[in-house]
Amino acid sequence: MDIQLKRGLLDVCVLAAIKDKDSYGYQIIKDMKPYLSLSESTLYTILKRLETAGMLTVRSAEHDGRLRKYYRITGVGIARIEEFKEDWKEILSIYRFVVKEEEND
Amino acid sequence: MTKQEFLERLRRGLQGLPQEDIEERLTFYSEMIDDRMEEGLSEEEAVAEIGNVWEIISQILADTPLTKLVKEKIRPKSPVKPWVIVLLILGFPLWFPLLVAIVAIVLSVYVAVLAVMITLWAAVVVTAASALWGIISAAYFLTIGKGLSALSTLAVGFLCAGLAIFMFFACLAATKGIFWLTKKAAVGLKHMFVGKEKE
Repeated sequence: MDIQLKRGLLDVCVLAAIKDKDSYGYQIIKDMKPYLSLSESTLYTILKRLETAGMLTVRSAEHDGRLRKYYRITGVGIARIEEFKEDWKEILSIYRFVVKEEEND
Repeated sequence: MTKQEFLERLRRGLQGLPQEDIEERLTFYSEMIDDRMEEGLSEEEAVAEIGNVWEIISQILADTPLTKLVKEKIRPKSPVKPWVIVLLILGFPLWFPLLVAIVAIVLSVYVAVLAVMITLWAAVVVTAASALWGIISAAYFLTIGKGLSALSTLAVGFLCAGLAIFMFFACLAATKGIFWLTKKAAVGLKHMFVGKEKE
């Protein structure tokens, strides 16, 4: 897949992974595994970027005698997912147009 | 490799980054290893799944802006002593021209590379224009009845066209190569600021 396209998708995928309930690093990687393989360093960069953009917040909580960082989505993050869905509706309709043109050839 | 060894290597490799950045990275990877071990992996397996430590360091460097590395490098580790300031001021006639010279050298290398690229592309454009002109001239010669001249200019035109296509792809490859080299040079430059230990 095109690298630029994948980068944009990764951001939204990470947001989707924490949308329903707060999650932590390894859980996010596991949740995304069937769809996208994601390295730890890539995830770190994405989480940092999303935090700076105000799309998620971080808190440390104790788990099994150690600290674990949990990520929670914000209103801005949810808005980003909605924006993504709208964009893809448009892209999908273009896709259907392209496929139909090819079938008619 | 144990978790401790992994984190120690990562720490050494990242020396030169701001201390708080290093700590945050280490906490992140430490948590990742712990979570894998909690799922039943052995320590060795958990560390192996995280990946090669040098590749991770290289990726972190690629993601870190050069300005951040330079800022960290020149940030004084202890308060600046008065004699350092005196030396800096007294030494100004010496170090300032040197600094200007170094910047000028780096800049001139870039300008030289750019000039070579512009020259190459100009050659492509000129050859393509010659091809076009040859074909147009051939048509002109044909209309005034000079068949032989038409044939020869047409041949030259096609020759130029072939050459232009060949040169276009050569230039494209050269441009890509230059971009790749510039990127490599940037990572190399970053390595000058960050821990150099390799195995």
